[in-house]
Amino acid sequence: MAYLITLLILIPVVGAIALYVGRPGSPRGVALVFNGLSLFYSLMAWQKFDATAPGLQLLERHTWIPSIGAEYIVGIDGLSLLLVLLTSLIFPFAFSAQKLERGACALLLVMQAALYGTFTAQNFVLWFLFYEMSLVPAFLLIKIYGGENRDYAAVKFFLYTFLGSVAMLLAFLGIYFAKGTFDFVKLAELGKSGLVGGNARWFVFGAIFLGLAVKVPVFPFHTWLPDAYQTAPTGVSMVLTGALSKMGVYGFIRLLVPLFPNEIKIAGPWILTLVVCSIVWAPFAAWAQRDLKRMVAYLSINHLGYCLLGLFAITAGPTPASIDRHAALSGVFLQIFNHGITAAALFYFVGLLEQRRGSRGINDFGGLMQCTPLLCGWMSVAMFSSLGLPGLNGFIGEFLIFKGSFAVAAGFTAIAVVGLLFTAITFMRAMQSLFSGPISESCAGFPDLLLGEKFVVVPVTLLMFAIGLNPQFIFNTFNATVAHMARLFS
Amino acid sequence: MNYFTTNSSLPWLILLLPLTSAAVITLFTRRSKSWSAAISVVAVLGSFICSCLVFVRLDISAPEFTWLDIRGTLQVPIGFVLDDLSRLMLLIVSGVGSIIHIYSLGYMRDDAGESRYFAALSLFMLAMLGIVLANNFVMLFIFWELVGFTSYVLIGHWFDRDAAAEAGKKAFITTRIGDFGFMIGILMIWIASGSLVFDDIIAHLSKITSNPAYLTVAVLLIFCGAVGKSAQFPLHVWLPDAMEGPTPVSALIHAATMVAAGVYLLVRVAFLIQASQTALLVIAWIGTITALLGGLIATQQSDIKKILAYSTMSQLGYMIMAVGLTSNEAAMFHLFTHAFFKALLFLAAGSIIVSLHHEQNIWRMGGLSRNLKLTFATFFVGALALIGCPPFSGFFSKDAILALAYQNNSAIFAVGLTTAFLTAFYVSRAIVVVFFGKPRTDLARAGKESPAVMTAPLIILAVFSFIAGFPVFARNFLVVPREKEVAVIVPALAMAALIVGSGAAIWLYRKRDRDPLSIGVIRNRLYFDEFYEWLIDSTQELLARVAAFFDRWVIDGGAVRGLSGATFGFGSLLRLFQVGNLQAYAFLFGLGIVAIIYFTIFH
Repeated sequence: MAYLITLLILIPVVGAIALYVGRPGSPRGVALVFNGLSLFYSLMAWQKFDATAPGLQLLERHTWIPSIGAEYIVGIDGLSLLLVLLTSLIFPFAFSAQKLERGACALLLVMQAALYGTFTAQNFVLWFLFYEMSLVPAFLLIKIYGGENRDYAAVKFFLYTFLGSVAMLLAFLGIYFAKGTFDFVKLAELGKSGLVGGNARWFVFGAIFLGLAVKVPVFPFHTWLPDAYQTAPTGVSMVLTGALSKMGVYGFIRLLVPLFPNEIKIAGPWILTLVVCSIVWAPFAAWAQRDLKRMVAYLSINHLGYCLLGLFAITAGPTPASIDRHAALSGVFLQIFNHGITAAALFYFVGLLEQRRGSRGINDFGGLMQCTPLLCGWMSVAMFSSLGLPGLNGFIGEFLIFKGSFAVAAGFTAIAVVGLLFTAITFMRAMQSLFSGPISESCAGFPDLLLGEKFVVVPVTLLMFAIGLNPQFIFNTFNATVAHMARLFS
Repeated sequence: MNYFTTNSSLPWLILLLPLTSAAVITLFTRRSKSWSAAISVVAVLGSFICSCLVFVRLDISAPEFTWLDIRGTLQVPIGFVLDDLSRLMLLIVSGVGSIIHIYSLGYMRDDAGESRYFAALSLFMLAMLGIVLANNFVMLFIFWELVGFTSYVLIGHWFDRDAAAEAGKKAFITTRIGDFGFMIGILMIWIASGSLVFDDIIAHLSKITSNPAYLTVAVLLIFCGAVGKSAQFPLHVWLPDAMEGPTPVSALIHAATMVAAGVYLLVRVAFLIQASQTALLVIAWIGTITALLGGLIATQQSDIKKILAYSTMSQLGYMIMAVGLTSNEAAMFHLFTHAFFKALLFLAAGSIIVSLHHEQNIWRMGGLSRNLKLTFATFFVGALALIGCPPFSGFFSKDAILALAYQNNSAIFAVGLTTAFLTAFYVSRAIVVVFFGKPRTDLARAGKESPAVMTAPLIILAVFSFIAGFPVFARNFLVVPREKEVAVIVPALAMAALIVGSGAAIWLYRKRDRDPLSIGVIRNRLYFDEFYEWLIDSTQELLARVAAFFDRWVIDGGAVRGLSGATFGFGSLLRLFQVGNLQAYAFLFGLGIVAIIYFTIFH
């Protein structure tokens, strides 16, 4: 299996072509088969992965465009593996959420390939190619298959992320002209002594930051997100939040922090301010939303904010003790994974409610516990996971992030904890108005969870419990990478 | 199984039994109510037996596991602490829990959600016993949050009623506000001492105490957790509303368990608290204020369960006061006796409520001592214990706390004594109105005694409410605080407060059909809820609107649209992508790919 990762990238592409050429009767079925293959090979990569060794594994390296220093390098470390696994889980989950047309399935598969590429590429040109490749299908999916207001949302999404990308591309060209390489590992080594001299370094740094901050997103570059998530079909929203949003966080960890350690030390407090703003701002904005999807979308901003809080707290200020660096990074990694699973699940459940009711306003429902107890029960699990109840997956990641960042950035962390409280309040209110009280007339005839839906919900929920109760198996995949990065960031 | 493993598996069994019960009920016996009830009761009895064994046998220890291990730098263990404190607490929690489970068999018999109820009850027992057994902060916090979650489920058991759903939410959120302080406090202690395990923190105590200001902040933050869970001022507002839950839940939450968790936590970390004089003073005064507030508000309530709820708040105030006055013994002693008599009072109230078809207003009762003889007798015992009438259990434990206050802080003593007066007043008021005089309604006239499955627990609890305070009895379970010679005057003053309070209530309320006293401020619970509602409206709602508005109009409408509108390039780009033609997009996409392939191959 020398070409395992290339294979992983190619499988969805083949799937997309098969869908395009073959015109099968059940495009979703075909897509799910290819998802199954992808999942199988990701698990194989996990099995082949030596979790005790730091650094890149399963490396494939080929010359590609030597004239511009572009190589085809793909490989995985613990973080990449985690994201590959997450991607492999999110896509079948998203495909199960609803029936999609052939074109939508094909586009989603292209996006999946792009994500595998983004999470494994180790050379900027290659990485950027995949990064951009994911943008186009996302745009088209919103634009063509979205709901109300889709043109506006799609263009907004595209403009935001495209401008961010352009800025990032220009920045990397600048770095290339200064240092003559696009290789991540080499750039990280050069980063300590500064990649670009003089004030130009701030343009380069700012441009890359902007590109990634839009993607995550970070306040105040976030306003494309609620529109995009709201309009996109359920499955696409799940992918956008579950996998695509991780590209931004991944970029921060892989690119910005290793390449600009000195700049981050100076800009750190400003970045942390923005991050804490995201964390506190988002739940407030979520509270004001009446559309369930918009509400979940805003809370997603909050949760990704915790990832960045952990990352920048330990890199921005004075170097913290090793235990805090380890705690924060492990928390960030786990939070990336958890958020993917939980946020996707929340969109899935909102989708189920929307299918039954035909709308998804928070006030369109009431007393659901009486007609759909199972649906309410499982949905509550996802919500409690998202608000960080111990025993479920959300808690540990956030707790470790707080542990790591509190030691060096106590003020920022203390404010961020407030965000956790308002997230909880927002979810509790949603649960109350959806599930409790007298049954609303419009909900009386709802069917409870159907068998097909149970097959989707049960494994996902079990995963939440598994991580919540025994998180060690996840930590084991990236412990070595965390240790490696913690050394790198010191 | 050999001797050693039996020994070390006992503490695990205490937790695993309720966990298994909750899991089995949720997964398999949701439809069969009687099975669910049976499984839950058997599990809690099993836990109780194991707790008894753990209590009797000193040589029991449990193996420790590493739950979380991050590359040698950070470990979170799962381990048990089995000292006198936790062994006593296990006994109280599982003992009172057992009685309440059995009582629930009768109380919840006709409830459609009985399976859910018993599953949640089992989960609650697991969470509570987990708090007691935890030997480190993270494990304690995890179970602590689980208690919050299960109380949410139990209080909101009748979720189709808006009030119940609201009360469950309120309990969860209010206690969680305190928990965030608690979490930061844990982090501060963890960072300063480098450990989470209580024993290690004690060993490295000097690392924390070297910075008194830091320590004080950390301790007060941890105290926030207890303020939430033990319903102390200013986070007490959830407790009276929690009465929307079934009565056995009220008994469980308000007698032996959830509210006691806060006191237990403080006693568990007393080694930290006692290192900071400022923190001690704050804690003592918060307890004192809560005791007074609870007693005051209870005098004007007309719902029998709310009277008991405010009484609980007041009694917990006493315990917190004792912790603040550095006497863990006195706090635990009162927790011990209170667990019995308050559970008794709630369950007896439940018996009244059931026989009156869920009537809870005391002004629609009256003369119940004739029809509900057993309920009356047991309620009376509980009431005597609560007001601290010698020789009932409450007398001994409350006297210990008052004596403590007398020695240490006369202001606190004065408030404590006033509270004792108020306690006697509101308890006597309730008894006179509920049990004596003429029945005020037909329901009260026709009330019948509850079945044996409900009265038997009352009798057991009544016996304990009577004897639990005698040093001869209590000494077997805990360290009874020693009476000091200076404190001779204290019982005399307490007796005076008792007689004056009860006398005033009897004189005022005898043969009345409505409340002769009507003090709006107290009746409306000093407007705490209204104030908080206003606070939430004016901050959270406002901030939320501002955030949403800002997003929509300032960032989007102003900055983004202004930017894109002003730039011609943006505008044309925008038009380009609004062609709305799939072919055009596919073409562009294809073009890009072709360009890449061209570069790859030909350069």
